[in-house]
Amino acid sequence: MAETEQTDPDAFRAEARAWLEANFPPALKNAGPPRVDENEVPTPDRELWRKRMGEKGWGVPTWPTQYGGGGLSPEQSRIVQQELARLGAYNPIGGMGVMMFGPTLLEYGTPEQKARHIPPIVRADIRWCQGFSEPGAGSDLASLQTKAEDKGDHWLVNGQKVWTSGAQWADWCFCLVRTDATRKHAGISFVIFDMKTPGVEVRPIRLISGASPFCETFLTDVKVPKANLVGPLNGGWDVAKRLLQHERTSISGGSAASGSAPGGSLKDLAERYVGVDADGRIADADLRLRILNNEMEARIFQQTALRIMLEAKSNAGPSLASSILKNAGTRVGQERAELAVEIMGHQGLGWEGDSFSPGELQVGRALLYTKAFTIYGGSQEVQSNIISKRVLGLPDPPGAA
Amino acid sequence: MAALTEEQVMLRDAARDWAREKSPVSALRRVRDADLPLGFDPAAWKAMAEMGWPGVLIPEEYGGSAFGYLSLGQILEETGRTLTASPLISTALAVASALMLGGTTEQQAAWLPRIAAGEAIGALAVDEGPRHAPDSIALAATSASDGWTLSGTKTFVLDGMAADIFVVAARTSGPAGQAQGVSLFLVPADAAGVSRKRLKLLDSRGVAQVTFEGTPVGRDALLGPLGGGAPLLEQVLDRARAGVCAEMLGAALQAFETTVDYLKVRVQFGQPIGSFQALQHRAARMFMELELARSAVEAALQAIDAGSPEVPELVSLAKAKMGDTLHLVSNEMIQMHGGIGMTDAHDAGFYLKRARVAEATYGSQSFHKERYARLTGL
Repeated sequence: MAETEQTDPDAFRAEARAWLEANFPPALKNAGPPRVDENEVPTPDRELWRKRMGEKGWGVPTWPTQYGGGGLSPEQSRIVQQELARLGAYNPIGGMGVMMFGPTLLEYGTPEQKARHIPPIVRADIRWCQGFSEPGAGSDLASLQTKAEDKGDHWLVNGQKVWTSGAQWADWCFCLVRTDATRKHAGISFVIFDMKTPGVEVRPIRLISGASPFCETFLTDVKVPKANLVGPLNGGWDVAKRLLQHERTSISGGSAASGSAPGGSLKDLAERYVGVDADGRIADADLRLRILNNEMEARIFQQTALRIMLEAKSNAGPSLASSILKNAGTRVGQERAELAVEIMGHQGLGWEGDSFSPGELQVGRALLYTKAFTIYGGSQEVQSNIISKRVLGLPDPPGAA
Repeated sequence: MAALTEEQVMLRDAARDWAREKSPVSALRRVRDADLPLGFDPAAWKAMAEMGWPGVLIPEEYGGSAFGYLSLGQILEETGRTLTASPLISTALAVASALMLGGTTEQQAAWLPRIAAGEAIGALAVDEGPRHAPDSIALAATSASDGWTLSGTKTFVLDGMAADIFVVAARTSGPAGQAQGVSLFLVPADAAGVSRKRLKLLDSRGVAQVTFEGTPVGRDALLGPLGGGAPLLEQVLDRARAGVCAEMLGAALQAFETTVDYLKVRVQFGQPIGSFQALQHRAARMFMELELARSAVEAALQAIDAGSPEVPELVSLAKAKMGDTLHLVSNEMIQMHGGIGMTDAHDAGFYLKRARVAEATYGSQSFHKERYARLTGL
């Protein structure tokens, strides 16, 4: 695999294309990834595709081969993504392990922790969930109260987490706990535990969209082995901040692309549901302009994501521009979801029933679900605070900690 | 910002130092107060020429450095920060591009070396009405024994007061509104029947209305194909637009940074006003829009350098986004400065005035949104 570092891009593209064509089950062309908020049983084709990509390591193309990753350069990784898109193939390796926990563990984990937990993430064998938010700790995350007491050979964890995405399907949890009650940020530690540990209880929360992708997670006398501390004791806040950066990056990219209607672009949708005028334009001038604005902003968002990636490569560090990605991406995605519903008129407002196509129902649910984009992963307002303080150097607001 | 080459970094740093030290906003204030007829300070233009800036796009054989559009964008971004008035865009970008894209060897040899040396100033004469409308060229070029005769008026010609040579879009056949029949001509400012009138705009630059009254031009004045000049004109305009975008980016960045600095020092209610979240979040939003705009502007300049077929849509994307962003930032600069921002003694007004003129230059936001829609089939 290290050999691919040396090959030129065209040769690598040919190699990637050949492998993907030989291994991607054609029946899955344009099928898209399985819905994460439903516990559907995967088809044999989906299982096969997951296994093959997991073994190849290309689900996480830039992760080190030592732990089963692809070991590719960012440029090669982009080629793999382009070739996936060309085939109409999705990346079957995803979830919080890939987006958030894996990159963080690669940075902060011990060799033992990495050797144990990274390979199953690479293969998508186990699912991770995030125990961060609490009923009293939302945007003010560092006020969390779930406590971990040192019991010699283990931590004893008690408390309640909320908005634990996918907890009902998760195998493991990465979790912030309070290990020092006398200090706010500096009293937080980052631990991981098996969701089957006695004392872990999960209750799904029904959302306005009707789905239950989030849960309440109750932790009662949960014993966490000492070896499951990630990063230093009371140093969990730094680990969490890094993880949240990964989370924001994935949310921004995902949400800019989501909310889009099934069956193509907003333009295609509008031509079908709204119709066109004599000049072939969408026959509702106001709607057309708003679709246009969204398309333009979506394209500029993509240009920005690309620019940030290239800058990170050339400057060997994240650029300041990355701080805007979440707010910029969610703005595009939420607006897209609103537009899709508006284009479809009443057909986009169906809740259930056979008078509506699955695509129409999906659009209505997406409108509701995408409202979460600007709340989770650090709300839109928290993002603005971060830019104000860290990037612009503006002083703390009166009364702020 | 984009990954820059060593030359580009050097150009940018040199432009930044020069603009800060030799051409701060007070220089534009002097141009305005002295009512300089050309709309810029000839000494400043001479200094720019000595640094080789007019020749950044021009091939080395004609005395330029051929560094490309992203490179010229670096200079324009820095001079834009201090609102430096100069004929750089009309001469080094628009007219030089017209000659490079459509000129004969003779035309190039006659004008490019003079432009590169800063000895000739060029201006692009396109519009004939209050709004940018390159699809509505009507100025008549009637066939004559030895060439053509130009009759008509061009308006809002950037640096038209200083120009030695005009690139004039005229109609050699067909009705206004039709792409076919547009031809470009190289017309020296001292040609017979050429007169110009200064149009004093908000931003104090040297814009002119140029009238051609039976101006004779020879066959060698035709720039590009006869009757097929519309696509060439669009190419030239797109390059000029991308340059205006780079200048607008610089102006918006400086307006924003000046405003954020003020938020940190202005105290009210016993606090720096920058500690108030109502202002912080508006500042954060401006930062976001500026980063997005930079992506669009750099992508347009890079596309031109790469010869991409997507140049027209990427330029319109950039001009629309940059226009909206400069509009926002120039308004917020005044609002966040409060009363002091309304005074002529403060720089904020200069940014607002330049912003509105630059937004309208070579197509406003609405012009470019509509063009983007048309180009992408919306």
